[in-house]
Amino acid sequence: MNHGRTIEILVGAFMAAGFVALFFLSMKVSNLSASGTGSGYEIEARFDNIGSLKVRAPVTMAGVRIGRVSAINFDAQTFEAVVILRIESGYEDAIPDDTFAKIFTAGLLGEQYVGLDAGGSQNFLKEGDKISLTQSALVLEEIIGQFLFSKAEEGAARE
Amino acid sequence: MTAPVKALMDQLARLGRSGVGVLEHLGRAHLLLLSILGGLGDLVRRPRLLLIQLFSVGVLSALIVAVSGTFVGMVLGLQGYYILSQFGAEQTLGVMVAASLVRELGPVVAALLFAGRAGSALTAEIGLMKATEQLSGLEMMAVDPIKRILTPRFAAGIISMPLLAAMFSALGVMGGYFVGVGLLGVDDGAFWSQMQAKIDTYDDVLNGVIKSLVFGLVCTWIALFQGYDADPTSVGVSRATTRTVVHSSLAVLGLDFILTALMFGE
Repeated sequence: MNHGRTIEILVGAFMAAGFVALFFLSMKVSNLSASGTGSGYEIEARFDNIGSLKVRAPVTMAGVRIGRVSAINFDAQTFEAVVILRIESGYEDAIPDDTFAKIFTAGLLGEQYVGLDAGGSQNFLKEGDKISLTQSALVLEEIIGQFLFSKAEEGAARE
Repeated sequence: MTAPVKALMDQLARLGRSGVGVLEHLGRAHLLLLSILGGLGDLVRRPRLLLIQLFSVGVLSALIVAVSGTFVGMVLGLQGYYILSQFGAEQTLGVMVAASLVRELGPVVAALLFAGRAGSALTAEIGLMKATEQLSGLEMMAVDPIKRILTPRFAAGIISMPLLAAMFSALGVMGGYFVGVGLLGVDDGAFWSQMQAKIDTYDDVLNGVIKSLVFGLVCTWIALFQGYDADPTSVGVSRATTRTVVHSSLAVLGLDFILTALMFGE
């Protein structure tokens, strides 16, 4: 009987340790509490070019992450990229309707994210609203192309 | 019939015999799996049997899994740091350690250890029960040996494996944290925040759990079948034990490739 009880306790400890490990993996390692989908609200931004922006990329305002990119689609009528931004709950009435959305790159080799620059309007974006002011991602080849083009123009002007 | 034709026919017959043998083997394994699953209903009425098997399959494997997990995580932290620091990206050490553990190393290495530690023991135990006619003895007493002996072990294997893999991954992350942050001086906040930003609960952690469930099923199934199907001699039991470890390891590695391709391919 005593032996049986020891086994019971050890099995209980084993199961508990396993579940603690699972809990640790979902809370501390992957942050389940922050990745909750369905809460918050969605707004839409249209870009001419999103570079290599990915779904689940962060959406930041003043450098603070306030949401994630939840979907990226292509509009065949206007040839624009339609990016759906899911803003977390707690940031209602935080994004004025003249907010500027830009696509930035974190660090030299980092991933791309959407940065929001707040405007001065007193009207705030609600579920399903659109951000009309956007700036595309900087594509390295385009920048180099522009640089070469301006250099060439400089050279032509001098002659 | 001339001699060369007869030799050719003999070769063909041998090939056919081995093919039929493999198919028979697979057929017996699936029939055994069906009867083991059929016993699950009775197991609910006898949770005591499951408890004892959870002890010998799960608890006794926990130590080796915990120790290996910690050391694998520490090595990942060390190697990852040396490579990442060449690019000035030490901050992403947490992501590297956690992603490789949760997605791949946790389920796979824990399953390989499980096959070596628990699978071989299961095969030897059941093979010896068969060799000493204990299984026949049970049948004589009108006790179904599959329901009484095999099903509790099978259920214990499937329950234990995800828990063991989770322990492996969690302790590995702690080991990587200890080496990376404690010894090599990676920033504490960046280690965790980068990890939390990049590791997804459903895509990474849940898929790892699904992987380990599949590995648990396959490893326990192979171990039980090899034991139940072993030749009832000492040589037969020893061969069956070896086969358990070899087949389980190959099955885990092969299945891991297929599961990874299905889960993480975009």
